[in-house]
Parts: sequence; C-alpha cells; structure tokens
Amino acid sequence: MAAVSFTVIGLVLAALAGFFGYQAATATPFWLTDVMVLPLAGGLIIMALQDKYARMTKWIAAAFSLPAMLMCIGLALAFRIDGAGGYQFAEHASWTPALGISYSLAVDGIGTAMFLLTGVIIFAGCLASWSVEHRVREFYALLLLLTSGVFGVFAARDLFLFFLFYEVAVLPMYLLIGIWGTGPKEYSAMKLTLYLLLGSAFMLVGFLALYFASGVTPLTFDMDTMLKTAYSPGFQKLFFPFLFLGFGILAGFWPLHTWSPDGHASAPTAVSMLHAGVLMKLGAFGIIRVAVELLPIGAHAWLPYFAVFTIVNITYGALVAMSQTDLKYVIAYSSVSHMGIVVLGICTLTDAGLNGAVFQMFSHGIMTGLFFALVGFTYGRTHTRIIADFGGLGKRMPVLATFFTIGGLASLGLPGLSGFVAEFMVFLGAWRFNPVLAVIAAAGIVFTAAYVLRVLQRCFWGPLNPHFADITDANRVEILCLTILAACLILFGMYPRPLVSLINSGVVGVLARVGGGG
Amino acid sequence: MFPGILALVPALPFLAFVVIGLVTRPWRWLSAGVAIAAISVAFLLSLGALSFLLTAGAETPRVVELTWLTTSTLNAHIGLRLDALSGIMLVVVTTVALMVQIYSLGYMSEEPSLSRYYAYLSLFCASMLGLVLATNFLQLYVCWELVGVCSYLLIGFWYDRHAPAFAAKKAFVTTRFGDLGFLIGLIMICTAAGSFDFVEIQAKVAAGTWTAGWLGTVAVLLFCGAAGKSAQVPLHVWLPDAMEGPTPVSALIHAATMVAAGVYMVARLFFLFSASPDAMQVVAVIGGVTAIFAALIALVQDDIKRVLAYSTISQLGYMMLALGVGGMAAGMFHLFTHAFFKALLFLGAGSVIHATHTNNMWEMGGLRKKMPWTFWTFVAGSLALAGVAPFAGFFSKDAILHLVMGKNLFLFALAVLGSLCTAFYMTRVICVTFLGEARAASGHAHESPWVMRVPLVILAVLSVVAGFWHAGFERLVQGGEAEAEGLNLGFAAVTQMVPLAGILAGVMLYVLKSPDPDALAVRFAPLYTLLKRRFYVDELYDWIIDRIVLRCSAGLAWFDRHVVDGAVNGVAWLTQQTGTQLRYVQTGRVQHYALAVFGGAAILLAIAHVAGAF
Repeated sequence: MAAVSFTVIGLVLAALAGFFGYQAATATPFWLTDVMVLPLAGGLIIMALQDKYARMTKWIAAAFSLPAMLMCIGLALAFRIDGAGGYQFAEHASWTPALGISYSLAVDGIGTAMFLLTGVIIFAGCLASWSVEHRVREFYALLLLLTSGVFGVFAARDLFLFFLFYEVAVLPMYLLIGIWGTGPKEYSAMKLTLYLLLGSAFMLVGFLALYFASGVTPLTFDMDTMLKTAYSPGFQKLFFPFLFLGFGILAGFWPLHTWSPDGHASAPTAVSMLHAGVLMKLGAFGIIRVAVELLPIGAHAWLPYFAVFTIVNITYGALVAMSQTDLKYVIAYSSVSHMGIVVLGICTLTDAGLNGAVFQMFSHGIMTGLFFALVGFTYGRTHTRIIADFGGLGKRMPVLATFFTIGGLASLGLPGLSGFVAEFMVFLGAWRFNPVLAVIAAAGIVFTAAYVLRVLQRCFWGPLNPHFADITDANRVEILCLTILAACLILFGMYPRPLVSLINSGVVGVLARVGGGG
Repeated sequence: MFPGILALVPALPFLAFVVIGLVTRPWRWLSAGVAIAAISVAFLLSLGALSFLLTAGAETPRVVELTWLTTSTLNAHIGLRLDALSGIMLVVVTTVALMVQIYSLGYMSEEPSLSRYYAYLSLFCASMLGLVLATNFLQLYVCWELVGVCSYLLIGFWYDRHAPAFAAKKAFVTTRFGDLGFLIGLIMICTAAGSFDFVEIQAKVAAGTWTAGWLGTVAVLLFCGAAGKSAQVPLHVWLPDAMEGPTPVSALIHAATMVAAGVYMVARLFFLFSASPDAMQVVAVIGGVTAIFAALIALVQDDIKRVLAYSTISQLGYMMLALGVGGMAAGMFHLFTHAFFKALLFLGAGSVIHATHTNNMWEMGGLRKKMPWTFWTFVAGSLALAGVAPFAGFFSKDAILHLVMGKNLFLFALAVLGSLCTAFYMTRVICVTFLGEARAASGHAHESPWVMRVPLVILAVLSVVAGFWHAGFERLVQGGEAEAEGLNLGFAAVTQMVPLAGILAGVMLYVLKSPDPDALAVRFAPLYTLLKRRFYVDELYDWIIDRIVLRCSAGLAWFDRHVVDGAVNGVAWLTQQTGTQLRYVQTGRVQHYALAVFGGAAILLAIAHVAGAF
C-alpha cells in the first residue's frame, strides 16, 4: 500500500511541478487554472495518504489552501480596474470542438471578488476543521475538490464547463453532510442534494435552450458568443425563469429555500462555512452571469416580479430566525434573509443595486463563514446548539464572544463593517427601482438587529450557566481562522473603496450588456 | 493647518482603541493612560480649532475630504468639516470626555476589565468626533450608528448581569427603529440630489429644487432618527434603562454627548428642516411634549440616576423645542450648557453611588456633611439645571422660553410647567440624598478621592460661568451679521419665579414635610401610579413585541416548517408513494407484460379507429 501511496503522491507532485515549470519556462502563466488546480492537487495527495497520517492531512490541506488564498489576493491586486475593466487573465483551450465545448476561463471584477471570497473561506474552513477526527482524509479531499469546482464556476466562460464545475461543487455536499454531519444528517443531505439537483435540471434545460437557439454554426457553448447572440424576446421570456429559478434555489430564493436551514444545521462546520459562504453565492453569480447577462430582455420582463419574492426572503427570513431555538438554524435563516438582499440588488438592475449585491455576496460569505465557524467552535465545547442552554459564555470565552459580536454587528448592517456598505448600496438601488420595496427591505434590518442581539444576549451575556464553568476559550488555530474572517469584515467595512472599485468594473460590463437604470 | 489637522481629533481616540485592544489589554492602568493621553491631545486640538474660528471667522465651513467608495453613479466621501457648530461640539465632546475619563480612574478603580472600558470609551469618542465633523449624510449616518453601538457595548459593560444585557439590547433596537426613518430619509434626499454632500444638498434646497411638502417628508423621516437617538417621545424608553451602564458612561454618552447627537443633527440639517414649516412644527411639538412628559415622570422616581435620565430626556425636549420654533442658536446653546451641568450631575450621582453602593435615594440621606465637595458641586449643577440665575442653565433656558412665547403659547405653557417640575425634582433629589438624617446606606459613606473631585469642580465652574458666553455663542453660530438677542431682564425676572417656586415647593414637601409627600401620593393615587409606571409606555411596547412581533415570528416559523417545507416533503412523499405503487407493475411475469403490450396496442388501435371515424 505504501508504495502505491508514494507513487501517487509523487506523480501528483511531479505533474504539479511540470505544470508550474512549463508556465515559468514559457512565461505564460495560467493564473486561474493555477488557483483551481491547487486545492485539487492537495485533495489528490490527501486521498493517496495512508490513514495513519491524519495529522499531516490537515497540514497538507492548509499548505495547499494558503497559497490558493494568497494567489486570490494577488489576482485581486493585479486586476486592472482602470480602463475597460472587462475580462482578464483569460485562458482558452479547445476541448470537444465537435460539440462546441472549450476550456475557457476568464474573470471580470465580479469573478475576481468571488475568487477572493472563496480563497479566504477555504483557508479559514481548513483551519476550522482542525478538530475533525472521523475519516479525516476523505473529509479534506472532498472539501478541496469542492473548492476547485467553485473556482471553476467563477471563472468559466463556457456554459458546458460552467455546468460541469457547478456539479463538482454541489455533489460532494451529499457525502460531506451525510457522513460528517450532525442531527438528521441523512435526511438533510438527501433533501439538499435532491433540491439542488432539481435546480440543476432547470438550469440544464436553460443551458441547452441557449445552446440550440443561438443560431450560430457550428453550435457552441462559448458564453462570449452567446452574449453577442440576440435571442428573440419570446425565447428570452420563456427561458429566463428556468435559469433564474434553477440558480435561485441555490441562492436560497423564497419559497425554494427550505433545503438551506436543514442542510446548514446538519452540515459539519467547514461545510456550512463553504456552503453558506460560497456555494449560495454560486446561485447569485449564476443569475448575474448566465440568466441576466444572456437573457437581458427576459430579465427586464421577469425581475420586477421576482423582486417581490426577495422582499419576502428578507423580512420573512429575519422573522423566522427570531423564533428559532437552535443557534445554527438562526444563522441559516439569517442567510436566507441576507441572500434576499443579494437577489434584490440583482433584481433592481441598477448600478448601486448590482454593486451592492456583489458586495453583499462577498460580505455575507465572510460573515456567515465567521458565524458558522463560531457556532462550530462553541458546539465543540458545549455540545449543544440550543440557545436556551447557553448563558453567560462570554465570561469563559471572551475571545469567541468578541468575534461573535463582530459577526453579529456585521450581520445587522452596522456601519464600519462590510455588511452595511452592501446593504446600503442595495437599498439605494432598490429605492430607484421601487421605493415601497426599498422601505420594506430596510425595515427588515430592524428585525435583524432584534434577533442578532437576542442571540448575543442569551448565549454570551448574562450570568454564566454553571454547567459551563470550566469551558475553555478559542485556541490558536481557531483564533487565526476567526481573525482572517473578521479582518475582512472590518477592512472592507472601514474602507470599501478598493473592493467596490473592483466589483464596479464588472458591474459596468453587466449593465452595458443588459442595459439598466443608472 | 485647519481643518486637515483635525483628522487627529477622531483618529487619536480611535488609535487608542486599537492600541488598547491589541497591545495594552493586559495592563489596565496603562490602557487608561493611553486613552486619557489621546483624548487630552484631542481636547487641546479642539480648543485650538474653536479659538481659530473665533479669530478667523466661521461664516464659511472649511472642508477636506477623502473618497470612501465610488461606483459609476455613487460617490461617497469621508471628511472633516469645521464650522461654528462642529467647532463648538468638538469642545463640548472632548471636554466632557476628558473629565469623564479622569473621573473613571477613581470610579472604576476596582474594575478588572478596565482596559475594555477605556477601549470602548475611546471608540465612542472617535465615533462621536467623527459624527461632529461629518461632511455628508453618509458619514453622519455611519458615525451615528457607531456611537450607537458604543453605547450598546457600554450599557452592557457588566454583561454578566441580566439587567445591563437586556438594557443594552433595548437601547440598540429602539434607536435602530428610529434610524430606519433616518436611513429612508437619507436615501430619499441623496437619491434625489445625486450626492451625499451637505454643501451640495444645501445649495439645492436653497435653489428651491424640491417642494416644501417633499422636503417636509424627508425632514420628518430624518427626525425619526434624531428622536430615537435623543430619546424623544415615543422612542424615549431606552434611556432610563441605559442607566444600567457605569455612571461615568451615563454622564458622557447618555447625558452630554451622544443623546445630544439628535439635536446636533437637526441643527446641522437646519437648512432642510427650516425649509418646511410642517417639519418644524413636528420637531417643536415632539420636543415640547417630551419636555413636560419626562419632567412629570422624573417627579416620582426613586433611583437617583433615573431622575437624572428623565431629566435629560426632558432637557433634550427643550432643545428640540427651541430648534422647532426656529431657534437654532438657542437650542445649541442649551445643548452646550446642558452638557456641562448634566455631566456634572451624573458624576455627582456617581460619587454618591460610589460611596453608598446603592442607586436608591431613600437609602441615602444626610450626605452633605460626609461628602461636602460632592454636595456643593451637585447643588451648583442642580441650580444650573433648574435655570436659576446666574447659573448656565438660566441663560440657555430663558432664551428658549422667550423664543417659544413668541411662537406658540401652548408650547410655552408646557415649557414653563416643565421648568417648574425641573426645579421641584432636583430639590427633591438634593433634600432626600444630602439633607435630613442618614439612612441605611449612608452609614459608611465618605468623600470620593481627588481624581473624582477634580472633574466635579471643573464642571461645576463651567456650569456657573458657561452661560455668560451667551452673546458670543449666538454671534458665532449665526454668523457675524446677525445681531444676538440680548437678555430681556423683565422677562427673565418673571420667569425666575418659576424655578424658585419649584424649589420652594420641594423644600416644603421634603424638608418641612408640610404637606407630607406620602400623604399626597395616597391622595392622588391614580396620578401617582400613572407617573410611577411611566405612563405605561414600556408596558405597551412589551405587549406589542410579545403579542404581535413574536407571535408573528412564531407563526411564520410554523408556516415555514409545515407549509413551505411541508410542500417539499409532500412532493418527496408523493414521489416515493408513486414508486411504491408502480413497483407492483414490475411483477417479473412475462404473461403480465405481454398482456400489457397487447392491451396497450388494442387501446391505441381503438383510439386510432375512433379518431379515423371522425
């Protein structure tokens, strides 16, 4: 066995070295593929490891996700905002020419922001899983595989590739929740997977329709070609809902959201972080990148109606969160509420709304990652997630309580933390779009404040529950994980300009293609 | 040099917050030193800014800005705006903050989390100073929320007890409710103007871009935020509960500075409010009602801090009233004097609480001899608050009364009645706390240490002399050309009767016991209970939250679980059942399949035949 194991690891490392060496030798860096390959290679090496190296597994996962995160930061810094913005770091290779499938990747400002989010979350997620003991190898391998899929979706410029990566990102969830989850994990895993596959089915119908109706010869899945195709208004209005709802399921669109509370509550910590933090953003990203951009007439026709549903998302999600008894369900419903703000921003098709939506995708991803990490760490110590069982934990865990406060304040849209910037821009866009919706959406933030502060008060404040008298505070790995996440919230909340400019360079392109209000 | 260097004023306390949080946290006295050093420099810079304004003139605001975020259509800045209003507020905030931070060295000396305390205080000062210096709506809102969260953190400073944890949440959610109006108003005006900037929007308002009706709507929405922050009726309920925080915090945040931010906001946006008579009317009426409403409740409170809290609400009402009748300078002057004497009163109350370990006045008594410094400074503060000449409150309150009399006699009557109540309840506090015989908690009371006495004396001096700056203040705020309204001696002589009558009544009831206050309470039992229960406003809100919001929430949670998710599970069940039933078709017997094939063919043929016949 050992021989096989070493051979595989050697092969992967050699391939990796060859790949990077080739790029260095020819001076043609494939930045996006590099970022995508790193987690995948890490996952393969981990799979080849023997079980006895469980501790090393975690270090390998961290060793591969850290450079991925750093490269994402590098991409964001290297992205040229001035001038046209547009798509950058493009890569193109022919794959199945007969069917018009190619391997083409590129990111605009929106995609780059999502790369940054994914990079941060996967590294934090690896750190947050440090306490996993059961089948460590498989856990990390699946986690990293999923991450490669996510990177792929955010960069794909070919619909077939997009779909492929999308499924790579979504399917490992079934195993991750079903095996490493808690509570009714089989039920939740099944529900989540089937629900998301239903979404995929809708998407697939839409993708194939786009493919066959494009009228170009030869037929192609290339998204840039599709962008130039003028689909007939009737076609657009017919197929827009397929794409919107297909992606909308993953974005937690009401009333198709009920997979999310069960799924997030049952999933292990890092999986909740990735799922709520990044995967739900795939849905919103798909809505922008595929549904809205490729079918602008359909978007203009349908989005005003879908906007009403997002209002339900926001207020209903917040109200339902208020009466949850399980901490993880509170966070899960808050995600439903916050994703409503993302989709509302998209629905406005305004400059402010779209910028706010993408900023919220980033901000909520980080924030919810922070929350799920905190809940996981707390659960690891208290072995309960029922709010009524806690009380006064801040006395024993001041560090965790501080981070929870930061996350909570970001979640209720406190200025100075990134959530506010996003919500504010969405409300501005929504006001131009429809003042009534904007007012109701803004009212939702009062409920958010109420339930977030209620959780803080019940769990961390008040007299210490004597049951937890000798509980310990966060350890170093956990503090590192939380610090990275909180730093993003504070940094982009205090000075949002760099991130907004990055996102805006993408939004300008979207609005130019779709034609929306200023 | 100005206003660029003023960036240091908010930046230094913020830096102190960061340094305390990351570096000096384990050394509590060092943390306190860092915070006090930062605010001291900010204080000196603020004094410099004010004297600069006094010499160089304050007609045109001096502005520097930095881009905070920018998209194709949005352009938001953060910056510094130095003009009369912000210059005065800088001095008020840094003076009181410095006094409070020095005082806290004594008051909080036994607190193990002193570092956290000074970190929060520093963050508060940074946010408050950022608010004061705001150049635009967005920055105002951002800092507005930040001071709110500092207030939340400081009210809940002793988070391991139930009451502070609850009070902190209540304060935040209540003010947040008002801030919803602020946010909507802000979005309305900034979307319409295409800018967040005060200067640009002021120019557009002056140019008559919008109708008075529309501006009135915006102004009233913005005022919702001000009413929440400045604890105006009906959003006042959080401030008395906020007294659960440490007393120096009450002095700084919940008396002198943050709660005055609402008043400051209305003054800062006076160009907007004064463009709409209806909005001004709303401000005046809410202010007038708050002034009397809170003063009445203050008459019967037993907790010394709560009396002061209701008194603060009432005085904030006076400021709003002044603004509402068009007296921007008068309202701001009352803010200015009130900051000093109310901070003094809170710190005095803190000194008493420090000595007796209780908030209940009826457990104190006879402290005059034991705590002379506290007693005499407290008396000075009380006289200022009551508006007795020549203490600071006299000048500012008299200006307000004079202004209101000319505008609205009903509001004037409310204001005079409130003034009477003010003098009465402060006399009550002094009589019960300091005079008479010592009760249970006064036994071992002793005067507070010098670090607490020095701020008391400084603030007491300010409470005596601040009023004499009246004319200069009005000139500064209204610009050089406006002639400041002098003191009307005849009017002042008449209105002086009001606080004197209140003091006399207080002395009769609580020193001479004729009539006996307890007997009066029994005689007017319904009224007494109504006041004691604070007009049942808290009960009403609790009922709304319990019966409507929480039930609505529970109902929706049930709906989500059983109807929305029920439908999902229903589909799953249906699929499963269909499969289960269809399973029986799969018998594995060739005869059945053959039957099905031929049967199907027969049916199809029959259909074809029938269809063909038509």
